[in-house]
Amino acid sequence: MIGADAIVKCLEEEGVEYVFGYPGVAICPFYNSILDSSIKTILIRTEQNAAHAASGLARVSGKIGVCAVTSGPGATNVITGIATAFADSIPLVCITGQVNSELIGSDVFQEADITGAVESFVKYSYLVRNVQDIPRIIKEAFHIAGTGRKGPVLIDVPIDVQNAEIKKFSYPESISMRTYKPTVKGNMVQIKKVAAELEKAKRPLICVGGGVLLADGEKDLIRFAEKHQIPVVSTMMGIGVMPTRHPLYFGMVGNNGKPYANRAMNESDLLIMVGARVADRAVNQPDLITENKVLIHIDVDPAEIGKNVGPAIPLVGDAKHIFEDLLEQEIIGEHGKWLEVLDDYRTCMVPRRNPDPAYVDPAAFITLLSEKMQDNGIYVADVGQNQIWSCGYHIVKEGKFLTSGGMGTMGYSIPAAMGAKLADRSRQVIAVCGDGSFQMSMMELATICQHDIPVKIIVLKNNYLGMVREYQHYTYKDNYSVVDLSGSPDLEKLSSAYGIKFLRLETMERAEEMIDQFLENDESVLMECVINPMDLVK
Amino acid sequence: MKKIYSVLVENRSGVLCKVAGLFSRRCFNIDSLAVGETDDPAVSCMTIVSSGDKRTIEQIEKQLNKKLDVIKVKTFDESVSISRELLLMKVKYNKSNRRDIMEICEIMNAHIVDMSKNMMLIQMCDIPERVQLLIGMFKTVSIVEVARTGTLALQKCNETD
Repeated sequence: MIGADAIVKCLEEEGVEYVFGYPGVAICPFYNSILDSSIKTILIRTEQNAAHAASGLARVSGKIGVCAVTSGPGATNVITGIATAFADSIPLVCITGQVNSELIGSDVFQEADITGAVESFVKYSYLVRNVQDIPRIIKEAFHIAGTGRKGPVLIDVPIDVQNAEIKKFSYPESISMRTYKPTVKGNMVQIKKVAAELEKAKRPLICVGGGVLLADGEKDLIRFAEKHQIPVVSTMMGIGVMPTRHPLYFGMVGNNGKPYANRAMNESDLLIMVGARVADRAVNQPDLITENKVLIHIDVDPAEIGKNVGPAIPLVGDAKHIFEDLLEQEIIGEHGKWLEVLDDYRTCMVPRRNPDPAYVDPAAFITLLSEKMQDNGIYVADVGQNQIWSCGYHIVKEGKFLTSGGMGTMGYSIPAAMGAKLADRSRQVIAVCGDGSFQMSMMELATICQHDIPVKIIVLKNNYLGMVREYQHYTYKDNYSVVDLSGSPDLEKLSSAYGIKFLRLETMERAEEMIDQFLENDESVLMECVINPMDLVK
Repeated sequence: MKKIYSVLVENRSGVLCKVAGLFSRRCFNIDSLAVGETDDPAVSCMTIVSSGDKRTIEQIEKQLNKKLDVIKVKTFDESVSISRELLLMKVKYNKSNRRDIMEICEIMNAHIVDMSKNMMLIQMCDIPERVQLLIGMFKTVSIVEVARTGTLALQKCNETD
């Protein structure tokens, strides 16, 4: 058995079903060994998308996404995908081929110092020096990626190590790392303090972030909110923790959020932030959320607590364990009045849009689409104006909402949707992007065809990089610079070149019927929606 | 506010780079850094002196703890520590200032550890402020080369140890 066989064997032991990647000489031993395995390989068309696809798979399956690329440019191309996963704490294991050990450091063909280059975007990285270390390193890598605050781990394997004979293969049952013991269970003293503060609170509010989903804590959180009738708002990454139409859910906060959600934040007297970083997009003035209120910050990563805002009560642990413990606490409190106030805000403070009937209204379209989607469907939003409309108007029922929240990486939606579909083929998966973000990963249409991954794609077409255009509209008084997308391909011809069904929607008149056609079969469809180029998210 | 971080790390290649990278990535200051093996050859001790406001100081400790090669972080004030720095300094001398140089060394508890016809190599091990003071005293003499270790520090012994 050689090192490459050992890597494949380890991946089998970890229950890996798919590896996304792109071969090159330095990773060829691995791709040769994987032929004898039941693990399926997906040839993506650029390495960045291997990490995005693995991210989509991880977010739907709850497992760890795996990608494998070659040395040099293969490895450097994957960095943006890794950084995207790191920003959103998505668990990945990324294997990169490396040049021969003896040549490392001599700048030979396709050599890149990838462990050095990704240092600030990974939870940990390894350069494998000795083939005998492979089982331990892979076991550790999966453990690190999938526990505590999750994130990507990179393993760089020189080609000679992949080809070296491994004496005795045994996959370790357990690991012990003296430097890594994440805390997931909350401190009981702190939990009791939270309960005591809740009893005192008249206007409590929970703000959920992506950490709740990563900890698989949605059910416990909802039970807790329902038990004590506490209203809930979310950050962008927290969308989907609660069904959009749950009576206790008051929308997304932040610059691009719902006005009533922000008002709820401002007026609450007790705010529980859970699994959220309190970053600028959700809370642009962190000082405000400690004014006139008690802030409780729950996070599995102690470094997040106090990084952007100093809480009154810090509580380290994951959302699932903490809300399980909180559910055990006796808490007496009644906030019916507060809920009534918020209900009023929700009814009165609806952002008004004036859609142009000559175009598709993205807001109305997205709501209609989400109503017609399967209840457990997966909606993947890209980055740009489309993301803000998706956050604002998509209705989550029992499904999932995926997007690149922290990094805001354009082109995320199509590869992530592919990974999501492979994680569960029974579920409907829809990628919604703009014409800018679509063109950042349209090469993946080939992957969709080659591997029969029936994801559905909506392109909101306005012939502009809309989000930047909107910024230039406000900041530079309509002096547009490098945002015109003229020269984009005819999407109908493009779809037919790939043999993908195509639909075009020009106004809202035929929206219902077209969405029905779009959703009817479990097949890939590309639907172009022509929207007003001058439309704004605000 | 000045703090001393005594950081025990795995003695592996690349760890210094990761720790130093963390400081630059997050715009934390490094006033001084000294690294050496401990009694356990698998463990190195990094002594980092840094300054910043309360939130920065707390973040430095938390971010260091997040690094998977970091075993333990101890943060303490200068006032509760014994800190030392080693200085080696080469100076040019002549007949007229030789006596003065020797006197300064005696007063400051520095030692002349090597010399030639016109050069001396002076060694001093003391707290960083006194090391700085000695260098200041020699500003009028011609300094040829200076090498300093950076601060090493351990918390003072106390009853609870």
